[in-house]
Amino acid sequence: MQQPWITLRLGQTSIRIDRRVPFIFVVCILATLSAMVINIGVGEYPIPAIDVVKTVLHIPTGEEDYNFIVNTLRLPRMLVAALVGLALGISGAIMQGLTRNPLADPSIIGISSGASLVAVSILVLFKGISSNYLPFAAFGGALLVAFAIYMLAWRGGDSPIRLILVGVGLGAITSAATSMMITFGNINDVQRALIWLTGSVYARSWGEFWPLFMWVLVFAPLACFLARDLNALNLGEDVARGLGSNVTYKRGLLLIVAVALAAATVAAAGTIGFVGLMAPHIARRLVGPDHSGMLPVAAMVGALVVVCADLVGRTLFAPIELPCGLITAAIGAPFFVYLLWRQRKS
Amino acid sequence: MGTLHTEALELAYDSNVIIQHMNVSIPSGKITALIGPNGCGKSTLLRGLARLLQPRKGAAYIDGKAIHQMPTRELAKQLGILPQSPIAPEGLTVMELVAQGRYPHQSWFQQWSIEDEQAVEKALAITGMTEFRTRPVDALSGGQRQRAWIAMTLAQETPVILLDEPTTYLDLAHQVEVLQLLEHLNKEQGRTVVMVVHDLNHATRHAQHVIAMKAGKIVAAGVPNEVVTSELLQEVFGIDADIVPDPRTGVPLCIPYGLKGSSAGIKTTSLEAALANGTTS
Repeated sequence: MQQPWITLRLGQTSIRIDRRVPFIFVVCILATLSAMVINIGVGEYPIPAIDVVKTVLHIPTGEEDYNFIVNTLRLPRMLVAALVGLALGISGAIMQGLTRNPLADPSIIGISSGASLVAVSILVLFKGISSNYLPFAAFGGALLVAFAIYMLAWRGGDSPIRLILVGVGLGAITSAATSMMITFGNINDVQRALIWLTGSVYARSWGEFWPLFMWVLVFAPLACFLARDLNALNLGEDVARGLGSNVTYKRGLLLIVAVALAAATVAAAGTIGFVGLMAPHIARRLVGPDHSGMLPVAAMVGALVVVCADLVGRTLFAPIELPCGLITAAIGAPFFVYLLWRQRKS
Repeated sequence: MGTLHTEALELAYDSNVIIQHMNVSIPSGKITALIGPNGCGKSTLLRGLARLLQPRKGAAYIDGKAIHQMPTRELAKQLGILPQSPIAPEGLTVMELVAQGRYPHQSWFQQWSIEDEQAVEKALAITGMTEFRTRPVDALSGGQRQRAWIAMTLAQETPVILLDEPTTYLDLAHQVEVLQLLEHLNKEQGRTVVMVVHDLNHATRHAQHVIAMKAGKIVAAGVPNEVVTSELLQEVFGIDADIVPDPRTGVPLCIPYGLKGSSAGIKTTSLEAALANGTTS
């Protein structure tokens, strides 16, 4: 009988992945790369796709300006968009898997707001601070909110709606505190904070890219490494314990990974909402709920969503630019309502 | 292999002590049923044996080793637990669920060995779930779903299997189906089965060892014929019931009439007379 997965065995070593994953994964990567190339090409100064690729690869195109426009201005922005989507996709998938709640998402349950609050405070209180420290500050804030949610909503009961309500409440509190920081801040610092808060990859440079890249480089592989443990926890605490999972330790580790990835995206691009909600649902549809294949696919879907949202935001009302966080919210919010409605029915 | 016992075990939820100073032993290679009224601590005891609950005092042992001191993964190779009405993630197929049972036998470098594959196939075959392997668990009927979860526990290949009310929410046919499956596992594979059951007749019919509990204490333990008596039912459940031998198998069969001392009890004289010869009480 045909197995639902592909197995590679070499001596005692064996690797297993869902049959659908390799094809879907490659398609998602190609789609994301294409969207990035198109996105770099459009704008006030249009560049043909082939020249975009050539310029990125440092193959001479005969146009002197291309190198500056592509490699200095537009490429880092695109890479930030892709990495933000990738991190949010994984973060959302872990949160949904851990809480067994299809509505969980770092922006909805207030994790992102917590990250924003601390990052904005740092920006306002310490003048001219380097972007390298922002992810750490954001991580601290996100972790604080995650801990508060855990104490208030998660431990007692496992009602999905309760988690969402507590998260939304905490999000409102932290957002209010952020507004207060901004009101009292110095006008120049506030401007820097505001640009950054809107949930946009506008004007992101290599300075924002590298810190984000380092965080993703550490935590994304760690997430994939923990995928099998996430599968066990996704069956519920008791079943996972019965299967021999060290629940407290593994759950804590996964939560830290999810929070760290969400915080790194906030530090780089502000709150880009609903990507962590949508990407895992799309990925689950494509390759099933096994996280060892689902996490990488959710990551690529997330990247694709953010890059496309940015493309739409830049072209829809050009030359006026809409932040990509607005676009993802415009698609994500109705999707969230649909999930809520379906939750009620079951 | 597969002997469980406890010594001065104390189990509690927060400050609420459920079981105190419990010494119980569960025979290996048999089906043991834990019976008792709601809140008597039978599920708590099962959870304690399966290290889902940390003991306050005392300890539980499997083959002489303290359960709560064993590495959890090692214990998962000795003892499987199916909690009460578990819920599978949406869209998870039967095959994927059953494959999860191999978790304690796997590592990142050994995700799917030949033994894993064989154990899963075997578990699917025994539970009759092979033909449903590609179906999502949430699209199955209650009985099939429970069989899929039991298959997961079987794939774990443990000498001991604990089940918390495996027949809850199932209709009569599905209850019989699940209980016969457990009996089969015990007879054919010699696995020790410990289950919490609500239906006394299921306990007497399918278990070789019955432990009756009340208010966190063991009232009686032994073979069904000796344990399940009218006196015991009065003491443990507070009901007025007759015990008659099952016409086919001879195991005690419980017929409840009413609450102890209540006038609502049905007049049972004629039935009692008719069954007088067979009653064990």
